[in-house]
Amino acid sequence: MSQFRPQVSDIAFILEHVVGYPELAKLPGYEHADLDTVVELLEQCGEFMKEVVAPTNRAGDVDGARREADGTVVTSPGFKEAYRQYVDAGWGAVPLPEEFGGGDFPRTVGLAIQELVTTANMAFALCPLLTQGAIEALLHYGSDELKSRYLPKMVTGEWAGTMNLTEPQAGSDVGALTARAIKRDDGTYAITGQKIFITYGDHDMAEQIVHLVLARVPGAPAGTKGISCFIVPKFLVNDDGSLGERNGVETLSLEHKLGIHGSPTCVLSYEDATGYLIGEENFGMRIMFVMMNSARLSVGMQGIAVAERAYQQSLDYAIERRQGLAIGATGRDSAIIEFPDVRRMLMTQKAYIAAGRSLMLLNAVYADRSTHDSHPAARARAEEIVGLLTPISKAFGTDLGNELTSIALQIHGGMGYIEETGAAQYYRDVRIAAIYEGTNGIQAADLVGRKLGVRDGASVLEFLASMREVLPELAEAGSDFDSIREGLDEQLTALEKATGWMLKTGRADPNAILSGSAPYLRMWGLCLGGWLLARSALAGPATGDPAQANTQLAMARFYAEQLLPACGGLLGAATAGSRDLFALTPEQLAR
Amino acid sequence: MRIVVLVKQVPDTYEERKLDVTTGLLDRRASDAIIDEISERAIEVALKHKDSDSTTEVVLLSMGPASLTASLRKGLSFGADSAVHVLDDGLGGADLGWTSTALAAALATTGYDLVIAGNESTDGRGGMIPAMVAERLRVPHLTFLDSVEITVDRASGLRESESGTLTVHAMLPAVISITERVPEVRFPNFKGILGAKKKPITVLTLGDLGIVPDPQLASVGRSVIVSTIERPPRAAGVKVVDEGNAGSELAEFLATEHLI
Repeated sequence: MSQFRPQVSDIAFILEHVVGYPELAKLPGYEHADLDTVVELLEQCGEFMKEVVAPTNRAGDVDGARREADGTVVTSPGFKEAYRQYVDAGWGAVPLPEEFGGGDFPRTVGLAIQELVTTANMAFALCPLLTQGAIEALLHYGSDELKSRYLPKMVTGEWAGTMNLTEPQAGSDVGALTARAIKRDDGTYAITGQKIFITYGDHDMAEQIVHLVLARVPGAPAGTKGISCFIVPKFLVNDDGSLGERNGVETLSLEHKLGIHGSPTCVLSYEDATGYLIGEENFGMRIMFVMMNSARLSVGMQGIAVAERAYQQSLDYAIERRQGLAIGATGRDSAIIEFPDVRRMLMTQKAYIAAGRSLMLLNAVYADRSTHDSHPAARARAEEIVGLLTPISKAFGTDLGNELTSIALQIHGGMGYIEETGAAQYYRDVRIAAIYEGTNGIQAADLVGRKLGVRDGASVLEFLASMREVLPELAEAGSDFDSIREGLDEQLTALEKATGWMLKTGRADPNAILSGSAPYLRMWGLCLGGWLLARSALAGPATGDPAQANTQLAMARFYAEQLLPACGGLLGAATAGSRDLFALTPEQLAR
Repeated sequence: MRIVVLVKQVPDTYEERKLDVTTGLLDRRASDAIIDEISERAIEVALKHKDSDSTTEVVLLSMGPASLTASLRKGLSFGADSAVHVLDDGLGGADLGWTSTALAAALATTGYDLVIAGNESTDGRGGMIPAMVAERLRVPHLTFLDSVEITVDRASGLRESESGTLTVHAMLPAVISITERVPEVRFPNFKGILGAKKKPITVLTLGDLGIVPDPQLASVGRSVIVSTIERPPRAAGVKVVDEGNAGSELAEFLATEHLI
């Protein structure tokens, strides 16, 4: 197994040259977060992840979290020690408000840190990721008392957090949940019910776990309109801030999963547990929506982060492994990297990872602009773009996670299928990311159902038009850029066609646009990737590093000529409507 | 209490290190410069004491070219309070004697209760600086400590030798040197990294320290490099093929090389 090489220079290139980080850092409130400072932080962060977190990745897979007979949950060897160092180093606090002990850095920087920790160990990284979700809910809607009691220790990471949404009958349809919350005389609520799939629902890495729980108060409206959101701590917190008695939440069991064995996925039982309302009763879905964009972007990033690690390993293997003679080689067997098909697989990984990472960071930059831009109109526009890009980031990023870890495994040949090489772990670990935080099918439905219709389609059309602005720049850059310009022009045209069809068909036949939603989202992902890599190639010479310029040009050209054309091939599926999807009855499907 | 840690910037131990064959001096462009790992461990000893007593002031002291600043910032990011940088063109290629003179003079200027240093650097490996500094300052010196305990008026620790383990102590002020047995330095906290930019680094020249180099010498070095030669390239090894007498051939080879 090869050693993790922190991908900080790739992230830094994208921040500086592709997604406009230097301009973001000029906005009020981010003056302290200039590019040089951020890159220095990321370098130290990468070093930390390499030395402390990455070495725990394998143990997390082979010796996963387990529940003891007494109901406590023990994490994989090394996780607890690594987490203590993670808390001491403060990496989780960087993008959080200074008021509660954070560094007030942009979300973009937080996302880059999340990528580094996820690349080092995805199962480990989920603990701080879920904590951040709970923190965001409290930050936006918690009372001052709840904030001052819980946030400081959650921001440092001394206390971990969880998100309790899913119940056996309430998965994608969260409105079907039945956990009950009954108000007591003292203003707290008694929470009773069962929650499943709770990531880091219990563990030994933090002394306290703060559960964010969705439940219904008596007489609440049916569906999502009747959901309330509560804080339920594992231990009640005394007035002096110390931990008091154990609350009524127990771990019934841990799930046996395909991957991320190091992350304990719990069935939690709440029995008359003390909960504190966040916001108002029946306000829970509003809170969830605030967190959703942020969580979905983070999950999209997970796809790229794990693909990066798998890529690094497959590259090392391709350089080391010798088999047969490549064309023109004599004597000793050639390293398999000398064979064209292996090169194809390596370039596919490298180009998609760069495209995916650029998309995630661009999405994050708009998220920061939506809260920090000085002009209200720019903030509003940034929020629209975040809405549009988020389902694409989540689904395209995690689909790539699946595809690229599979390619990395393939490069290992038969050994990839053997657990010993570790290639299989990335393939298994990343598989969940296309499922949780809204399946990729839900993301595609969100894109065509909610996001395309914003301002009657004007929002999405404006964004498409802005992507075309790169074409004249490519034309000016010289003949090296011709195939990039031609490819992008052609595929943007296909995407525009599909978008026109979606906007035209949407109201009259919602089932038709849902039927084409997944291929349509893929077209978006492919075009965004080609557009961002074109910007990378244009920026290459500005680095003053000929090798870097050459890398960026070759990646963009490879993508435009060999990956991007798949976009046009999806036009038919995106616009076919629902006829043949529903042509067969369930009985016919079974035959 | 003021603890001064002697910090040395060295070429990255895990990269290829090179000497410039014309000058006989280190080729600083050949590899990245980092803080010597043993210096980092010395910083950790000081910070551990600061953890238990927040009134402790930890000062880093180093001598080196202008590029040393980055290493000092890194050292400050672990949690030290300030740094002193002895910087003077006249110190290029300084030998142990001159280095210890400059460091001792700087220590006399800054003041100290305890000086902590690594036992030897990974590049020069002279292993004499801590003792020479203690001698020049005329304070007690504990060498090669595997563990350290610091109280308000004394330093103590364990020192292993071939025949046993010594428990040694000295009243402060004192100079101590530590071995690789003391723990690695902690990872910097992100606030430490940000804060390091704002912490003071005092630059002192030879003039500030009242040291005048001998004008008779081209450099301040009292030891003079007479000649240098590149290490010969590695030659192919000897292969012993077993045709029934490999044992004796091996023994003969080892005997010729005076290995047995």
